[in-house]
Amino acid sequence: MKFQAISIVFVLLVFQTVLFAQSDGMVFIEGSRYLPLYGRDSTVVEVKDFLMDQYPVTNADYEKFVKDNPKWRKSKVIKLFADDSYLNNWKNDLELKHSERADSPVTFVSWFAAKAYCDCQDKRLPTVDEWEYVGMADETTKDARSKKAYNEQILAWYEAPRSNENSIGQTPKNAYGVYDLHGLVWEWTQDFNSVMITGESRKDKDLDNNLFCGSAAVNATDLMNYAAFMRYAVRGSLKAKYAMKNLGFRCVKDSAIDQ
Amino acid sequence: MKTILKLTTFTVALFMFSCMENKGKEYATAEEIPVNREMQAELTSPPNVPRPVGKRKAKKLIVNMEILEQESEITNGVSYVYWTFGGTVPGSFIRTRVGDEVEFTLSNHPDNKLPHNIDLHAVNGPGGGAESSFVAPGYEKTFSFKTLNPGLYVYHCATAPVGMHIANGMYGLILVEPEGGLPPVDKEYYIMQGDFYTKGKNGERGLQPFDMQKAIDEDADYVVFNGSVDALTGDNALTAKVGETIRLYVGNGGPNLVSSFHVIGEIFDKVHVEGGDMINENVQTTLIPAGGAAIVEFKVDVPGSFILVDHSIFRAFNKGALGMLNVEGEERKKIYSGEIREGIYLPEGPTIQAMPTTDEIVESEIPAKNLEEQLKFGKQAYNQTCVACHQAEGQGIANAFPPLAKSDYLNADVNRSIDIVLHGLSGEITVNGDTYNSVMTKQMLSPDEIANVLTYVYNSWDNSGAVVTKEMVLKVKNQK
Repeated sequence: MKFQAISIVFVLLVFQTVLFAQSDGMVFIEGSRYLPLYGRDSTVVEVKDFLMDQYPVTNADYEKFVKDNPKWRKSKVIKLFADDSYLNNWKNDLELKHSERADSPVTFVSWFAAKAYCDCQDKRLPTVDEWEYVGMADETTKDARSKKAYNEQILAWYEAPRSNENSIGQTPKNAYGVYDLHGLVWEWTQDFNSVMITGESRKDKDLDNNLFCGSAAVNATDLMNYAAFMRYAVRGSLKAKYAMKNLGFRCVKDSAIDQ
Repeated sequence: MKTILKLTTFTVALFMFSCMENKGKEYATAEEIPVNREMQAELTSPPNVPRPVGKRKAKKLIVNMEILEQESEITNGVSYVYWTFGGTVPGSFIRTRVGDEVEFTLSNHPDNKLPHNIDLHAVNGPGGGAESSFVAPGYEKTFSFKTLNPGLYVYHCATAPVGMHIANGMYGLILVEPEGGLPPVDKEYYIMQGDFYTKGKNGERGLQPFDMQKAIDEDADYVVFNGSVDALTGDNALTAKVGETIRLYVGNGGPNLVSSFHVIGEIFDKVHVEGGDMINENVQTTLIPAGGAAIVEFKVDVPGSFILVDHSIFRAFNKGALGMLNVEGEERKKIYSGEIREGIYLPEGPTIQAMPTTDEIVESEIPAKNLEEQLKFGKQAYNQTCVACHQAEGQGIANAFPPLAKSDYLNADVNRSIDIVLHGLSGEITVNGDTYNSVMTKQMLSPDEIANVLTYVYNSWDNSGAVVTKEMVLKVKNQK
């Protein structure tokens, strides 16, 4: 009897895995409501169930994409959609420079390019809220924001040089089964520019719901916000045509189960 | 308009009268000063400053500054990832004159992780340029401003989290000279104080990450001039000759601490208080606010080593806020007859002075594996702990601190040396024929560190070559 119960659980587990991991390389993220790090005066954000790429898009993935989509090749791309830095680490339209690795995250891509890549796969870029929601997780906990080690690790990465040259999947898998949200490259989000950042961050605290209250009046409990401040500062400095060495992306997809 | 013209004529006349060779036209406001041609600004790394503006006309001044995030040493054996304007802490010195139109381009190196910007306190405009210069890695931004107010101003990064960007070294000075320039002096130097917050305590080896909590608590591990503990000591000391007039451009980047800037053994003949027009004379210590600056001037009358400190004195001897000005030239006994050193601060020594709650001192985090490492770690400990009194070559200071180089007293008895480092020593001793009557406090070093530092001392400067082990230290320690 006991044996039978265990096997039922086992079968259910397998079934669940099959059910949720239906797109290859994507993991199921169970939606929920949460308070984002920038804490809009207790405004809780709701994130619906969705699927997220387990890894950031790699150079190899992108190589295939430009092969199939000539208009996103380095020499063909419309300048409005990607500036001169686009694919700066590529030798020509179809090949990476020798110094680059196929399994490093693709960088030097614009928001338009990232969006087109995801569109091609029937996916989309994650919203800031979705990205931050999954980004709260460490290896064991879905919301690890109050853990000292979690914040220290992220801040340490922000100080480590040249991490974009590493291969994907080297950082610890988080509680959802997603890799490299922290520790490799910044990632594009669909609405990266939706938070008003003027570049004058000390002024922004009046602008957008205390987004930067931490830089003016911080107490110990706000300490965890610093890593998030840095991500928001990065997003705020971007334009959609920018292509940066430390900026890559991954795609997400609405969950079929949810619909 | 008429009044302005009248005023101009009047001032010009006045000027001609008082100073015949000055042909400069006077303008009612700095805004009206026309610029004449374009000029590339000379930028310098600390402690150097660019050439004075002298009598040059106002120009369109092109400033190109690059932001680099890079690792370097904060003190012997301890490194830190600095964020810099121009590759140094403080950032490159910018020298302008009133009326210049500065075209400022800020470039953020592609290898950098973060966006940055610059807020120059010399700018009249929102954010001091911060808003117009906010720039992502791999990009550059250009904006321009006219220098309206003469003075010495701080610039810094103002990207969120602002405190962290400043704490990592993103500050520097921009000088706006008045028409005709500041009066000429013999030597000019650039010094800037900053406080640093590291995960490990002061002196803990290895790459030390920034500690946000300590920064919030304003609990600094390092307080230094020009970005690192030895930026202005040893080979990096400032130099001058007897009789020269020295002008120091002194800034304070903070992020938290206010500096009580003092030069031991000198009196500032002139201080441009807070970097502005007001000149105070005969000043011993001048207060430099975080995000502020001062210009100090003094004539060096006698030779010797003059020590620059933040006179919040534990910062100087325990956290690194100490620099040196070495003055060469003839002794002038009439002005000063004795040894050139304010002994009153030094008996404490530069190691952390704490009252241990128990007899136990924390172990050094990584014990040395072999003699080579012992010597390396020993040298680091020596440079952090002993060098201020016993000096870089172990030569000591005559009549005050006995030499360790070729020292008969030292070489005679290893256990006695261990005992002195462990428990301190006071009273009269004779070293190499000279008598010393001074105090050495007990040093807060772990047995490992004592073994390392003594081994280093015994294997340097023609000493006996004795090797001291942790066990030997523990044996002496446990005798008491």
